[in-house]
Amino acid sequence: MSTIFSNSLFFGIGLTLGAYLLGTVLKRKFKIFIFNPLLVAIVVCIAVLTLTGIEYKEYNNGAQYISALLTPATVCLAIPLYEQMQLLKKNLTAILVGIASGVLTSGIAIFSMALLFSLNHTQYVTLLPKSITTAIGIGLSQELNGYIAITVAAIMITGLFGNIAGEALCRIFRIEHPVAKGIAIGTSTHVMGTSKAMEIGEVEGAMSSLSVAVAGFMTVAAAIVFENLI
Amino acid sequence: MKYISQFAIIITISFLGEILNRLIPLPIPASIYGMTILFILLTTGLLKLSAVRETGRFLIYVMPIMFIPPTVGLMESWGVMQEFLAAIVIISLLSTLAVFAAAGHVTQFIIKKMKKGGKQ
Repeated sequence: MSTIFSNSLFFGIGLTLGAYLLGTVLKRKFKIFIFNPLLVAIVVCIAVLTLTGIEYKEYNNGAQYISALLTPATVCLAIPLYEQMQLLKKNLTAILVGIASGVLTSGIAIFSMALLFSLNHTQYVTLLPKSITTAIGIGLSQELNGYIAITVAAIMITGLFGNIAGEALCRIFRIEHPVAKGIAIGTSTHVMGTSKAMEIGEVEGAMSSLSVAVAGFMTVAAAIVFENLI
Repeated sequence: MKYISQFAIIITISFLGEILNRLIPLPIPASIYGMTILFILLTTGLLKLSAVRETGRFLIYVMPIMFIPPTVGLMESWGVMQEFLAAIVIISLLSTLAVFAAAGHVTQFIIKKMKKGGKQ
């Protein structure tokens, strides 16, 4: 029985797609933020694997082909960015300064809370890359000698939060300008937030994509200073 | 045909990104190099938007499902996480709020200021 799962290519893919579809159905029915399709899908997949005792490796045997498309999909974020070129040129200063203040705030916030929780150096540098996209975050965590798995966890928690709450946070913080919305979402919650920004609007999505790349580069640079603080 | 050529172009750019990632000793992933390459190709006119548009849109549309497998993978590192799980969750959420507000407000403030300046 168990070899059916460990040798299957389509079990992982099917479970992933099915769980996400279930999430979209729940969202349409209940319209509550907690029924975010991404969150529902993750919870359902983990629940199914835990309850059936199927190992992650067996699930990922097929599911890895879905996540393999993440690189080409991220490459394609250049498309909306190109389409919003005029807007980008017009607001270049605001965009760059905005992203830079986000990156700086991230460092300061993590530093001060690390003091508060009396984290050691390794735990602190592990969390520094948490607002940037996973691939850059993993590289940076490695560079800083952090716990890579935990960096990934913090990045996922952050991104999932952005995907669930991005729209509401714009309202709460009174961020109304579409460019500013995109910059806020992308700088704070990377690609996972960006896929939400895409749903909010073209401009938001494009600006969020830009922020993911720029904030990623800036965070790598800022980490050189921040890593020595604790 | 159109979709095949569009997909081929996107995959080729992703591959170029991978090569740069291997050659340049920085923690910059292939996807970000690829995104930069595609952006440059489009802005310089070397590549027409119609050469990638539909397939690109599709990939962006289905992007959320690509985050599911790696996040489910967190169940594997549950052991290491338990040690300072509360700190991870609280720091992640609170710092996100701070970054969100800072990046959004600074951007919005400068845009508004420049608009006013332009009108005078």
